[in-house]
Amino acid sequence: MTFSISINGTKHDVDVADDTPLLWVLRDVLGMTGTKYGCGIAQCGACTVHVDGNPLRSCLLPVGTIGSRAVTTIEGIGATEAGAKVQKAWLDREVIQCGYCQSGQIMSAAALLAANPHPDDADIDAAMAGNICRCGTYVRIREAIKSAAGEA
Amino acid sequence: MRHMSPARRVAIIVVAAVAIVAIGVAAWLVFGPGPLAFAGNSTVALADYHEANPTGVPADLAKADAIRRGEYLAKAADCMVCHTTPGGEAYAGGLAFPLPFGTLYSTNITSDKETGIGNYTDQDFLNAVQRGIRKDGARLYPAMTYTSYTFMTDADALAIKAYLFSLPAVHRPNQDDTLLFPFNQRWGMIFWSWAFNPNTRFAPNTAKCAEWNRGAYIAEALAHCGDCHTPRNLAFALDNRRKFSGAVAAGWRAYNITADKATGIGAWSDDEIFAYLAKGHAMGRGTASGPMGEAVDRSFSQMAPADIRALVTYLRSIPAVASSEPATIAAPAPTSPKEGGAVADALGRRVFAQACASCHSWTGVSALSPVATISGSRAVNDPTATNVAQIVISGTQRFSPGAMSMPAFGSTYTDSEIAAVANYVTGRFGSAASKLTAKDVADLRGQTAR
Amino acid sequence: MSSKHAIFSRRSVLQSGLAGGLVLAFPWPLRAAPVNEPEQPPDHPDGQFAPNAFIRIDNSGKTTLVMPQAEMGQGVYTAIAMILAEELDADFAQVMIEHGPPSDKLYGNPLFGVQVTGNSNSIRAFWDKLRNAGAAARTMLIAAAAAQWQVDAASCTAANGKVTHASSNRSLTYGEVADAAAKLPVPEKPKLKDPRDFTLIGKPLKRSDTPNKSDGKTIYGIDAMVPDMKFATLVQCPVLGGKVKHADDSAAKNLPGVRQVVVLDDLVAVVGDHMWAAWQGLNALKVTWDEGQNAKINSADIWNELRAASQKDGVVAKSEGDVNKGLAQGESFDAAYELPFLAHATMEPMNCTVRLSPDGCEIWTGSQVQSRAQQYAAKAAGLPIDKVKVYNHYIGGGFGRRLEADMVASAVRIAKEVSAPIKVVWTREEDMQHDVYRPAYRDTISASLSNGKIVGWKYKVTGSSVLARWFPVAFKNGLDGDAVDSAVDMPYDIPNKRVEYVRAETPAVTTGFWRGVGPNNNVFAIESFMDELARKANMDPVAFRLGMLDGTPRLKAALKLVAEKSGWGSPLPPRVGRGVSVQPSFGSFIATVVEAEVDDMGEVHLRRVTCAVDTGIAVNPDTIMAQLQGGLIFGLTAALWGEVTIEKGRVQQSNFNNYRMLRIDETPPIDVHVIKSGEHPGGIGETGATAGPPALRNAIYAATGVPLRRLPIDRSAIASKKA
Ligand code: FES
Ligand code: FES
Repeated sequence: MTFSISINGTKHDVDVADDTPLLWVLRDVLGMTGTKYGCGIAQCGACTVHVDGNPLRSCLLPVGTIGSRAVTTIEGIGATEAGAKVQKAWLDREVIQCGYCQSGQIMSAAALLAANPHPDDADIDAAMAGNICRCGTYVRIREAIKSAAGEA
Repeated sequence: MRHMSPARRVAIIVVAAVAIVAIGVAAWLVFGPGPLAFAGNSTVALADYHEANPTGVPADLAKADAIRRGEYLAKAADCMVCHTTPGGEAYAGGLAFPLPFGTLYSTNITSDKETGIGNYTDQDFLNAVQRGIRKDGARLYPAMTYTSYTFMTDADALAIKAYLFSLPAVHRPNQDDTLLFPFNQRWGMIFWSWAFNPNTRFAPNTAKCAEWNRGAYIAEALAHCGDCHTPRNLAFALDNRRKFSGAVAAGWRAYNITADKATGIGAWSDDEIFAYLAKGHAMGRGTASGPMGEAVDRSFSQMAPADIRALVTYLRSIPAVASSEPATIAAPAPTSPKEGGAVADALGRRVFAQACASCHSWTGVSALSPVATISGSRAVNDPTATNVAQIVISGTQRFSPGAMSMPAFGSTYTDSEIAAVANYVTGRFGSAASKLTAKDVADLRGQTAR
Repeated sequence: MSSKHAIFSRRSVLQSGLAGGLVLAFPWPLRAAPVNEPEQPPDHPDGQFAPNAFIRIDNSGKTTLVMPQAEMGQGVYTAIAMILAEELDADFAQVMIEHGPPSDKLYGNPLFGVQVTGNSNSIRAFWDKLRNAGAAARTMLIAAAAAQWQVDAASCTAANGKVTHASSNRSLTYGEVADAAAKLPVPEKPKLKDPRDFTLIGKPLKRSDTPNKSDGKTIYGIDAMVPDMKFATLVQCPVLGGKVKHADDSAAKNLPGVRQVVVLDDLVAVVGDHMWAAWQGLNALKVTWDEGQNAKINSADIWNELRAASQKDGVVAKSEGDVNKGLAQGESFDAAYELPFLAHATMEPMNCTVRLSPDGCEIWTGSQVQSRAQQYAAKAAGLPIDKVKVYNHYIGGGFGRRLEADMVASAVRIAKEVSAPIKVVWTREEDMQHDVYRPAYRDTISASLSNGKIVGWKYKVTGSSVLARWFPVAFKNGLDGDAVDSAVDMPYDIPNKRVEYVRAETPAVTTGFWRGVGPNNNVFAIESFMDELARKANMDPVAFRLGMLDGTPRLKAALKLVAEKSGWGSPLPPRVGRGVSVQPSFGSFIATVVEAEVDDMGEVHLRRVTCAVDTGIAVNPDTIMAQLQGGLIFGLTAALWGEVTIEKGRVQQSNFNNYRMLRIDETPPIDVHVIKSGEHPGGIGETGATAGPPALRNAIYAATGVPLRRLPIDRSAIASKKA
């Protein structure tokens, strides 16, 4: 089946089965490898993308359900205000270690800040607890989100 | 010997009268109507029925050999789920059924001569399936649902036997049950069986259409719906006065599937019931999990669509019985984790944020797939949270290709975390928050077949 | 500074010729069995000044630093570049970084003799070598400029990629003198900088690899893309060590996007147009397995065997004084500590991309052992080693898992059956169920106390030997030096002690290095028992330790600092405790305090972690803090939940739903205090992983009085009686 999806503002036509998760369409069909595979069961957050601004786990998001909604990936998040802020804070606070989880962390954090410019600790927990970082960068993620929100 | 005082005599009379009434009440309580009594008694013997034969296999299989027919019927009767351990060889038995008074193990029903049923004659097989009598004469416990299978025709039962005998024999010795006295006295089942096994074959009802009769045969003789969905009485027999009105079986709640609009499936459309049986999910109605999930995967989803439609027709005719399950189905929760019910349960909210929100969303309406929408489902509206806790523990497995499953969390989240998340989920997405404790969760874990 | 895409940079690199005499030679303390050294050219394109394997300067001044070690998040690229650039006096903002190609000869880790990134020794081991490399290049560049100006080299200075002759106010860029420098002899003992003159080392520096990691540009092994490639995923027998009996691929082959099913003796792979197709194909396969010997093995049996083995006498790893006499003094106590199998669960699942052609094999992956990956690929492909090119990538988590090259071998074996280049990606489930696991250990201790001091100490480690499998030459006389690391060199002043090792290979389970390596069992056992002994001696755990640390002053100082920073001794609410642990591991001296609450149900809540570290010269102090924060979380995760269990020969855990990770909402504040030091740099990547578990265990001990002797933490043992 052919689908036309809008990713980071550009239209892409892909020919895959409709139940193919967006993750593999991005990575393997379109070669946009910034979005990562970590678990495939919505437990790690490495595959997080935005669909109409909502952070979703692309490993379980069937491409056939996206329709005309706008997909934003790590490659395009810097063009959004919240995304750019988060990326800058991430570098300022030297959050990243191996980096493999960080596409997802940044996408989750950007969605949080876009929806809630001044999150408290509980908001950060609720938004970020679904993202695993095996390198253990959580302390700095929290700091960076606060700094991006202008609180630190 | 002294004469009995008058007072004493009166007392004895009173006691005797009470005893008689009590026995009467008890008898009324335990000896209920049969599973098909609700439909009235315009029944005829199968041989005298002139509509399409409600027994056997769908038309396109009617000419197939016994093995092929038996395969379809074995799936419809869902033999495999109970007679196979997770990851074990099919039909080799060993699944454990923990009961309050010990553990029962299902048996090897492969054709292995030593450890299976390879030496069973046709009559031996019919005795076991229809009458609950083992080849060696011992009585089966009603965990083997022979009170339902008894309605099966001989031909159908023997087709199943042919199918089982066509499969590879697996050598797997049966495990000994670990029942306590007096439950370990199998001979006691003679009386139970005598009282509660009708030992009769399916008799079509001429007042109903052919499709209804086919549905009745599938539901009662093969799929044995009542064994989970009908409450049991003191004697552990099915209480058909409240037929299909819901019960807890093997640690899971089997919901009310009567026509009651509020607490049953009276408000479901035919298509919804069909989809639920065929695919394990109906939009906005939740997803089959636990034993029902297995029944969908191993049994209903393998059936011909016409047979599922017949089941729908039959289910529609079940008299409405209101159960204690809440009639209200809560609306989706707010988007913000800070709003909505149960925000106070910090531990439950934490577990939800970690493991659940990515799929189920904070609203309960999944942004990934309707299959993962929990808002509106029976499970989250059940204030006992039985199935919510069970689903968290063991997940929901769908085997059809491309289908979504939910992973099991029971091995790493602790009982108190599971209780907390179940309470959080019922509070946030249901009509009333459950009050499970860690101990309740431990008990639920102990009740499931494994 | 940016790092180039490995595929392209490596290719150009590998096509050029060998650099002859410009390679600095260093002694190899430990050699593996003679390896078929590839005739692999070092990174040395023509027309560049390349005094050694690490530094390339072309005549435009472009400076490229070649990384011998793998970057897996530990910040090693930045640290190595800092060391090289420091001595080279390069303009740090302008240097480029490249992944090093496989070569034990050029890039072998000086501690092992082979190319390995692990054991927290990149900086420790390469420190001198890199400084010499940088200094030699600087010396040559200065000499070339001095010769051109006809002045004394000693009157010239270098800074920011330029040579300057101050008295004549002349300067030349490195690019301008590169050609001339390339003709000069390489000095054997160049003059190193005085650490007081360091301008880069010791200052927190932004890592060079992070900008590309923040916008999805970084290419990990799993991201490699090769023209016309197909995607594959594989399944191995669920019973460890089992083989394929039969694979029915009829349903799989009919699925859309599935191209091919490859059946090998030990695995089945499905090749498709993308991972999803391959994966769906995998799910549709009906494979029957020859489960073999291991199908009957359960965790309980493994533990019974391990316990039985721990009764035996071991090989003596260390003996001082008279342990029997020591144990006879004062009052003596015994304990046994047990640590479970653990999976690595790197965030990036195992993967390897392979392109085979008649004349060679190319590998794209992220490996901690590039040369071993090359050897495995050559063997699997049946090619001479110089026909195998390895393009190493950024690594999405190593933790020891990528010290193995099994995923390379299996990918090449699959590729041999497929006509297109393929990327083989393991599902998370496959990754977790076919890992090489951190060994299960049982450590037994007998110790005697007299006047608040330990006078006798008998310690025995029982477990499988990773070293014997992984690096047999280092496994000598039945002793696994890694398994007893941090036990033989325990920091306390104890007059009579003995350390023994019993090798007990566990059936079915292949074991491997895991973050923290050997010390993570020993630090746990020693530091747990120290708290139990302190209680026996009626002493505060910190005071008890301080009394026996005179011989290890750097650790003593770290302990004092952490006690102060953590508020040690200040009052706490009920069921809240502080626990301490110290360790002199990997050349770093670390003291850690964990504060934790145990609720009535036995759930553990981390409240705060404080850590003080003396790691010698801290090349990049910010990285050191980050590594400790991350390592502590890694270790605490394992202590709280980590355990791989075996049932009927199968690993029971499969994904993050049943192999649980600490998450942000359970992570406490973690403060790391880096002590200024002029000592030789120590290792840091492993250390946090070993520091966390004993400190947490001791916090629980303080909070509940329950001496846990097994990980992960048993909640039922620490639930309150009320609950
Ligand atoms: S890969 Fe999607 S959440 Fe882990
Ligand atoms: S930075 Fe490595 S997994 Fe998060």
